[in-house]
Amino acid sequence: MPFSFPPSIEPFVLPALYIVILVAVFPLIAGYIVLLERKVMADIQVRLGPMRVGPHGLLQPIADAVKLLIKEDIIPAKADRMVFWLAPVISVVTALVALSLVPFSKYFFVADTNVGLLFLLSITSVGILGIILGGWSSNSHYPLLGALRSTAQLVSYEVALGFALIGGLMVAGTLSMQQMVHAQLEQQMWFIFYQPVAFVIYFIAALAETNRTPFDMPEAESEIVAGYHTEYSGFRFALYFLAEYANMVVVSSIAVTLFLGGWLRPFPNVRLLDFLNYAPILAMFVLAFFVFLGASRERRPIDKMGLAGLGAVCALIGLLFLVPAVLDWVQGLFWFVLKVFLVLYTFIWIRFTVPRYRYDQLMRIGWRWLIPLAMANVIVTAIVMILF
Amino acid sequence: MIETSPTSTFLDANELVINMGPQHPSTHGVLRVILKLDGEKILGTECVIGYLHRGVEKIAENRTYMQFAPYVDRMDYVAAVSNGLGYCEAVEKLMAIEVPPRAKYVRTVLTELNRITSHLLWLGTHALDIGAITPLFYCFREREEILKIFENYCGARLTTHAFRIGGLQYETYNGFEEQVRAVCDTFPGRLDEYEMLLTNNRIWLERTKSVGILKADEAIDFGVTGPVLRASGVKWDIRKAMPYAAYEEMDFDIPTGENGDTYDRYLVRMEEMRQSLRIARQGVDRLPAGPIIGKVPKVIKPPVGEVYHSIEAPKGELGYYIVSDGSTQPYRVRVRPPSFVNLQALDRMVRGLLIADVVAVIGTIDIVLGEVDR
Repeated sequence: MPFSFPPSIEPFVLPALYIVILVAVFPLIAGYIVLLERKVMADIQVRLGPMRVGPHGLLQPIADAVKLLIKEDIIPAKADRMVFWLAPVISVVTALVALSLVPFSKYFFVADTNVGLLFLLSITSVGILGIILGGWSSNSHYPLLGALRSTAQLVSYEVALGFALIGGLMVAGTLSMQQMVHAQLEQQMWFIFYQPVAFVIYFIAALAETNRTPFDMPEAESEIVAGYHTEYSGFRFALYFLAEYANMVVVSSIAVTLFLGGWLRPFPNVRLLDFLNYAPILAMFVLAFFVFLGASRERRPIDKMGLAGLGAVCALIGLLFLVPAVLDWVQGLFWFVLKVFLVLYTFIWIRFTVPRYRYDQLMRIGWRWLIPLAMANVIVTAIVMILF
Repeated sequence: MIETSPTSTFLDANELVINMGPQHPSTHGVLRVILKLDGEKILGTECVIGYLHRGVEKIAENRTYMQFAPYVDRMDYVAAVSNGLGYCEAVEKLMAIEVPPRAKYVRTVLTELNRITSHLLWLGTHALDIGAITPLFYCFREREEILKIFENYCGARLTTHAFRIGGLQYETYNGFEEQVRAVCDTFPGRLDEYEMLLTNNRIWLERTKSVGILKADEAIDFGVTGPVLRASGVKWDIRKAMPYAAYEEMDFDIPTGENGDTYDRYLVRMEEMRQSLRIARQGVDRLPAGPIIGKVPKVIKPPVGEVYHSIEAPKGELGYYIVSDGSTQPYRVRVRPPSFVNLQALDRMVRGLLIADVVAVIGTIDIVLGEVDR
């Protein structure tokens, strides 16, 4: 380094940089997750999805964001203005704070504390406040019903979620997110194979935590219109939306970190598979190839040029990865993002395949099945660990 | 607003009165349901209708018999062909016009295809209400194929005005029979696909079984007809009981349910689609040659008298009561719409259930507000 920071602030420089990157880039990523969702939905529903804004709708998230930002800011006359303003902020801030604990790779993480997972769980619980307050402050029936449903749902599923995580934690022996990944490296096994039941319970509870089908009660549009955010529009609505997708990323990240080996590549200890380390390079070149292929099929010159440019960027990034230092840095990030996207894809896939549970059925599943099962899993794990 | 009942003390939980509709995503149009809730439990409902009232029956009094025919398509716009058939047959009955067999067969085929499109729309929206987003698009894909047949036949897709008093306006187009057969060949496989998504789906079962139960005697008391009645176990279908068009010569079964719950109504309608395919195939296979319109006078002027004629529309018994004073315009037309009558059972069906079930039950009654309000 040409210059160095004073030692008193040196440990904060890199995390601060990562925070800026996360806060600046995450909304864009969330936008593209929405686009992914719409494209997957379209594929499942035998149609094309967004195709108008940019080639294959690639600029749609930006158009959506601009639309939401320039919309009129409406606050209902009888709403509690202060709380109404505060609620989405709570939601989005807690969701983004939770991101800071996520170990994206060996190098790329904001913080790694010895209470990592505990902190994550507590901060996501605070996020529920945003939903409750939003529904309550709107001073309207449907949001109130939505908020009540959310409260009950999130509180009861948090129990199952917590117990499922305990199963994983007992195997990992640590609460630190980074140490969990290292534990999986040392034990040479993803914890999903030690704790399949815990993973399934966690996954179901995570669907409920993030209000995804079949547990999307709080915003079941065919019943209570839009649930807790019925009265929200424009930028405030965008904040809720952002928080929702950030939460999805957070719960997927926890699943990946604790059960699916985090930023490790598959079989990190098998020398024979070391060629997998070059997967990021290959992935970028394959991506570039398909983008160029798409470009050659476009009719309008502007689309052609746009896609070709994107392809060139992909190829350049691929070339950059050829530098060993860069590859080493990107390695973990690549596998982590890939795994998170696979989990997210499963979320989306489930959403467009199954109907929605009714409120009371959802509670029954939570209390009668998931929580006892998760508890039993903890006990069985404990017995097995003592015996062997 | 939160209303307190006069007897409530401060220990009572307050009842919540909320409006569902008229601009609610799942009241299938402009139905307004006032719900009285205890938490999420339904204590009672009240339907407010009339947001789509266009005075169709009054319009009839100022139009000639021929002029009024397109108006009936706008009542149940999802099943316009059935509406047209009912009206044309009522006027024919009033004037004792004999319809040639070819016209009867084409009418039967088109009406059955229309029953399928109506049921497909029901299936898609019903599943959507219960949270399954995807079947809607599959249903619309298949519906499109049938709408193309309508379009090729008479130029319109939705409000078809396909029939004329006395028979048909148009001869079938080249390839009509092949196209109908193609639908009959591909559609059963598609139906199996929907059933794979829904019929044995645990969530679907939990959401529909024992929801919105209507017992057979209650159904009869309410005057409910169509699939809703048959799902309660009453084997009543006007196509069999009082055959019209060419149904007498068709071979088909009437599916019935046992429990009268939402799931049975779902099964009955799914089976009805298969039966409709059977009828349509028989229709095109046996399509007789001959004229397509009977002896109809230039000016339609029925004798003084009155007539009631009802058919089995996709949603139930669709009846036309026409009073003639001997002039070129009806003295009075009264329509007995199945949706309107079936809707009355809503309150009985949802009492004690949850909000989510109201949506499921409205979907399962399969109403079209254009027909409820007329």
